[in-house]
Amino acid sequence: MQSYLEFEKPVADLQGKVQELKALAQSGEAVDIDDEVERLEARADEALREIYKKLTPWQKTQVARHPARPHFSHYLTHLITDFVPLAGDRKFADDKAVLTGFGRFEGRSVAVMGHEKGSTTEARLKHNFGMARPEGYRKAVRIMDMADRFDIPVLSFIDTAGAYPGIGAEERGQAEAIARSTEKCLSLGVPNLAIVIGEGGSGGAIAIATANRVLMLEHAIYTAASPEASASILWRDAAKAQDAATAMKITAEDLMGFGVIDGIIDEPVGGAHRGIEEAMEACRQAVATFLSDFTGKSRLEIREHRREKFYKIGSELN
Amino acid sequence: MNWINSVVRPKIRSFLNRRETAENLWVKCPESGEMVFHLELEANSWVVPNSGHHMRIKAGDRLDLFFDDKQYDRVELPTVVADPLKFRDSKKYTDRLKEARSKTGMEDAVLVATGKLMGNDIVAAVQDFEFMAGTLGMAAGSAVVKGIETALELRVPFVLFAASGGARMQEGILALMQMPRTTVAVSRLREAGLPYICVFTNPTTGGVTASYAMLGDVHIAEPGALICFAGPRVIEQTIREKLPPGFQKSEYLLEHGMVDMVVHRHELRGVIGNLVAILTKSSAPAVLTASEAAADEPAVVTPDQGGDELIENPPIGAHAE
Repeated sequence: MQSYLEFEKPVADLQGKVQELKALAQSGEAVDIDDEVERLEARADEALREIYKKLTPWQKTQVARHPARPHFSHYLTHLITDFVPLAGDRKFADDKAVLTGFGRFEGRSVAVMGHEKGSTTEARLKHNFGMARPEGYRKAVRIMDMADRFDIPVLSFIDTAGAYPGIGAEERGQAEAIARSTEKCLSLGVPNLAIVIGEGGSGGAIAIATANRVLMLEHAIYTAASPEASASILWRDAAKAQDAATAMKITAEDLMGFGVIDGIIDEPVGGAHRGIEEAMEACRQAVATFLSDFTGKSRLEIREHRREKFYKIGSELN
Repeated sequence: MNWINSVVRPKIRSFLNRRETAENLWVKCPESGEMVFHLELEANSWVVPNSGHHMRIKAGDRLDLFFDDKQYDRVELPTVVADPLKFRDSKKYTDRLKEARSKTGMEDAVLVATGKLMGNDIVAAVQDFEFMAGTLGMAAGSAVVKGIETALELRVPFVLFAASGGARMQEGILALMQMPRTTVAVSRLREAGLPYICVFTNPTTGGVTASYAMLGDVHIAEPGALICFAGPRVIEQTIREKLPPGFQKSEYLLEHGMVDMVVHRHELRGVIGNLVAILTKSSAPAVLTASEAAADEPAVVTPDQGGDELIENPPIGAHAE
């Protein structure tokens, strides 16, 4: 059952009519509906295409958060074989908001990590909606350390509203954990790739998104604070989230313009959740290109490339 | 003032504000409520004599307090693109910047200076909370980077006095990108074998805590400072529980292993001077100068109506206004 976002109403209406016609035909009425169904479906496709051609930042935010949107676990199953999940930060706990491990991408060894939001209510609770505590970032540091030692590239999938704001998280040094994880990303002698697949929320994203190449899915967002948080800080009114989404410039296109990201991965018409296979295939190509681009580079080259890239951000704006 | 604020241009507005503060010579201690005469407070390094409360302090005053005999050279800071997002909320970002500049006399939230600390060369960077809540944008990020580069050039230790509401919302993702930028600089300092001391002052929050501030070799906190990633208000709203007393204050962080020590403002010079001398294997620093002398007893004071401008527990990215 397809769920529609509010702005997709014209598509929902057309699809609704198609369903009605099909139901009618099944109930035995002797009418030829094929032409009409075809016509309506073509119109629905066209409407979807038109809507997705010019999504507002707020609409993109809703697509990025769509419950049916592929999450990190989808990417794991589609892109990685022989995956071995590794758990725990060896200090306090295993944070399931961040999943990590090693596996193969098209036969090549890779380290993989990402925020998992969960796709059912139960899973969402288990993964804390993708909002990591310090243990999640310390686990990421552990995995990056290993990857660095065994000379294995790191793939990172970003999908979080932000790091979890809780008493325990603060008590155990959320800020320090994020800072160390960012530092670890920057010091790696192996290449790393970060793909923002849904929400790239603030420091909670940066911690594992500081990479040689940073890509965003077409309808993903990447922000200094979620539109709701920005609205409550700037307008003192969380209801202004729509305005904040626009003013904060959070879309892949905006970030490409600022030189903050290195590329955009196209999504199927109507968003990644309407064509998961297609979305995965696009990511597969992006990962393959990344790995081949960085093959044969020295550890020093790789590290300096990353450092220079981040050092320069903002310096070439006009 | 509200209707004036909405129609009068920032320059004129700041002129009006200035006259107001000139009459405001009495400062209320946010801890004990006592009224302190501003000269007395200044003489005591802006620590309230009776309660020991550490007031926020201007960046320039911090530099005066820190370097030997108030002698230091300000480092020229790089210019950055103004208002990259063409941002406006209830006000234009460019207007907010103008206001902050005329209010503080600073270009942005960070000052950098080189000088001597107890005879040894050192570079210090100071964040000023009065400048748009000390928020980290491109200018502040570039200033911190410049400070570290200066320390690398001179091959001397780097001290940072942190104070910030977090990332500057008005610069969006470019503000967030200052976290990795400054982290690169810190890594280079570390590789060069130069000590980096971070002093957490009230308040240090958000993206600043979660990047260069928490990456020091030694972390020192002034007493009672709020130091956190997520601010208390955000946490309370998320978990809908009352927070424990002293939560996210310096002493709490000391107990939880996030800072090495909580040091009174009067002792900072001595502690840092000794520490960097040991870490750089320099000879023992000269004895404390007269500026370390303890404060006098407070004079008898008569509180006036004095409207204080203190912001308690500012949210992440809050504006100082």
